[in-house]
Order: sequence, then structure tokens, then C-alpha cells
Amino acid sequence: MLKCDDLSFSYFDLNKKQVNKVINHLSFKIKTGEFISIVGPSGCGKTTLANIIAGHLPVESGKVFFNDKLVSSPGRDRFVISQENDLFDWMTVEKNILFSNHVDADKLIKMVHLTGCENKYPFQLSGGMKKRVAIARALAANSELLIMDEPFNSLDYQIREKLYFELLEIWLKTKKTVILITHDIEEAIFLSDKIFLLTKPPCKLKKVLLIDFKRPRNVALRYSKKFLRLKKIIQESICI
Amino acid sequence: MNKAYVKILVIICVICLWQATYFIQGFHNNLIPSPIVLIKSFYDVISSGELNEHILASLDRVLVGFFVASILGIFLGLLFGYSKVMGLIAEPLIEILRPIPPIAWIPIAILLFGLGNNSSYFIVFLGAFFPIFTNTLFGVTQLPKKFKNISRTLELGKVSFFNDVLLKFSMPYIFVGLRIGIGMAWMSVIAAELIGAQSGLGYFIQINRLLLNTDKIVVGMIVIGIVGYLLSKLILFLGHSLMPYKGDSNVEM
Repeated sequence: MLKCDDLSFSYFDLNKKQVNKVINHLSFKIKTGEFISIVGPSGCGKTTLANIIAGHLPVESGKVFFNDKLVSSPGRDRFVISQENDLFDWMTVEKNILFSNHVDADKLIKMVHLTGCENKYPFQLSGGMKKRVAIARALAANSELLIMDEPFNSLDYQIREKLYFELLEIWLKTKKTVILITHDIEEAIFLSDKIFLLTKPPCKLKKVLLIDFKRPRNVALRYSKKFLRLKKIIQESICI
Repeated sequence: MNKAYVKILVIICVICLWQATYFIQGFHNNLIPSPIVLIKSFYDVISSGELNEHILASLDRVLVGFFVASILGIFLGLLFGYSKVMGLIAEPLIEILRPIPPIAWIPIAILLFGLGNNSSYFIVFLGAFFPIFTNTLFGVTQLPKKFKNISRTLELGKVSFFNDVLLKFSMPYIFVGLRIGIGMAWMSVIAAELIGAQSGLGYFIQINRLLLNTDKIVVGMIVIGIVGYLLSKLILFLGHSLMPYKGDSNVEM
């Protein structure tokens, strides 16, 4: 379980010479195994939040608890998968995945559909394949929480679609907790159990939307009335 | 047309042009030998074994000095880049020592180590050390935040971070340093031999100056050029075989 308790964060803007408050007394709870999306207006501190939960940034005030332990530094139990490619260039796919933990590589590589690419280097992979390796690496480290910070941003449409289903499949199989940070509303509705809507910066939690579509979900869902209604609610909430 | 053919063609053209100038009356004063004389002279010094000995003597000095410089340069570069305190202490010293050309060290090297091989090793070491060290240091400081973050997430130990991340990431930068370093080492050894040695290619061209064998001087110079080129190629080859991957560090070997 992840618990964020009264988080605040600001940074000093060197250009404007003033302190900018990004996160303002934000509190929420996420249950183990949930698929949560965090959606908010651009610049509302979503990535900052991801970095705080991962332990890369110290909070100004407030506390983050993961499985009842206070988060103070990064750890294997919380993995960030960002839009940036952070695979080690000098390691093959297999070595990247197994670098920190020796697990059954074949099973993992099969799960992320990378069979046959074990000995390739990251520069030989497409964007989508790199994302799959990053996910497999997190799974190999036995991470319990995947913090996905706009992971599909740089990918083209068809690959995104494919990765949605792969991600859901992996999530259903492994029962990891997933926090997906995104600005893509459809992506958020299609994938998550709950959507946390944030306000403009300094951000607070504005609304929690329950997405109770049955799983496994299929593409037709996107044209249902309920889906469109949810999309409208979110759109209006973000743009105001 | 293939690039290699073009290169060979250029060399052949230059040699032909050079030879052709000898047919112009009054153009030469017999100081610079013609290619035909050089080829004959080259054959002589190779077949008598005279040149081979000097090449081996120079190579020995370069390889010993360069090897020590590589080990020390890479190690200290990694260490000073990794530890901010060490970097701060070392910076002023290095910034003052670095601009002193290896040749300027020759007098003190001869006083310290005598006229033997040791002073040449020392000069070569100095020539190669700074490019290797500074490039390694630069590489380490270029380590992107994303790799630091993922290393912390993976909870890597210090040794693993040093070996598997920092060193591996810096490899392209290190190899740029090694390539510049081997060039500097080769230039330094020739300079050292011109002044304080009894063998080697530098000594070979120096002694032939005293004997007024201009053809041998030029042969020596050309051999210096060729060996230097081959050494640089060797490092390049080593780099490519050690790093079959490409990073996004934008370093081109």
C-alpha cells in the first residue's frame, strides 16, 4: 500500500527569482495491486510527484509510506519507468534485465514479447522494445510498484495500442501496483481502476474517479457512452 | 569509388609529383632526396636490420610509458571525477602541470633518470597521461542523471556502480583520450630520443643529421609517420572491438 500524507514541494525558480510551490498538501492512498492514473493540467507537478514517490526527490513537508515504511531513498521496490530511455547502452537486453537480480530471464523475456532479442544492444531496439525491456527490468528487480511517468509519450500510435494490452496483461499476471502518470485522458480511462485528477499548480487532489469497466477490457470500450462521459468530465476538469 | 582507393591514389599522386619536380632544372639543391633515392635507402636500412632495431626501441618506450599512463590516467580520472573532494584538491595541480609540454620535461628527466630508457619512459608517460586523464575525468562528469537514478533504484553497491556503470559509461570518452594519448606518446618519444637516447627513431634521424645522410633522415621521418598512424589505428580497433554498442554520449571515436 502506498500512502502519501500531506505532501508539499516547492522549488526555486532561478529565472524569476522566486519560490514556486508545485505540490500543496497532497494526500492519497493507493491499495496494493491497483492500477491508478494521475491526470492533471500540464506543469502541475506530476513528474515531481513521481520522483518523490520513487525517492529521487526529498519532500519539503509531509511523508510517503510504502508498505508502512517511510520512503526516504530510491529502492528496488519502487521503479520509475519514464519516457526517457534509461537502459544501460553497454549491456545487452538480457544483461540489462538481469543486472541487479538473477531470475528466470526466459520467462520474463517471453512475458514482454522480446524473445530473440536477448543479445541485442539498446541502440538496436525500437522505442517500444526499449520500454518493454525497462518493464522487464523492473519486474526482474521484483519491484512492487511501477511508477510510469508518461512512458508511452514518444511512441507512435500503433505501438502504444499494443503496449496498453501488453501492460494490462502483465499487470493482471503479476498483480503489481501501477501508477500511471499521463496527459492522455483516453489512455488513463482505458487502463486504470481509478483516476486521480489534480488541480493546477500548486496541485492538490481535485477528484478521484472510479473506473469500473470489466476486465479484460477491449477496444470497443472507447466508443461506449460511459467512456465518453468520463472523458468529458476529465476534460472539463483539466481545462478549467 | 571506394574510399581506400582514393586514399592510396592521393599518396601515389603526391609521390609522382614529388618525383616530377626533380626533372625541373635548378629546382632542387640536392638537400631533399627524391622518392626513388628514398625507396632505395629504405630498402637498405630495412635489409641491414638497422632501422628495425630503432623501431623496436621506440615502440618499447612508447608502449611502456603509454601503458603506465593509461592505467594511472583512467584510474585517477575515474576517482577524481567520482569524488568531488578529490577533484577539488587535484584540480589546481593538474591545471598547472597540464600546459607544460612533455618536451619541457626532458632536461629534468635526464637529470633525474639519466640518459637511459627511464627518462624516455617518463617523458612518454607525461605526454600520454594528461589527455587520458582529462578525457576520463570529463567522461565521468558527463554521467547523466538518469543513470544515477536507476543505479540508486537498483540499490547498486559502490563497486558495482564504479565498474558496471561509471567505467562502462565513460569508455567512449576514455578511448578518445587513449587515441590522443598514443599520438602524444609517440611524439614525445621521438622528442626524447632526439635529445637523450642512444637508440630509437628520434636518435636515428638525429645521428643521420650529424652524418649528413638526408635520405635516411627522411626515411626515418616517414617511418615515424607510418608507425604513429598504425598505433592510432590499433587503439581505434581495440575500441571498436571492446564497444560493439552505441550510446547516446555523442562521442565519435
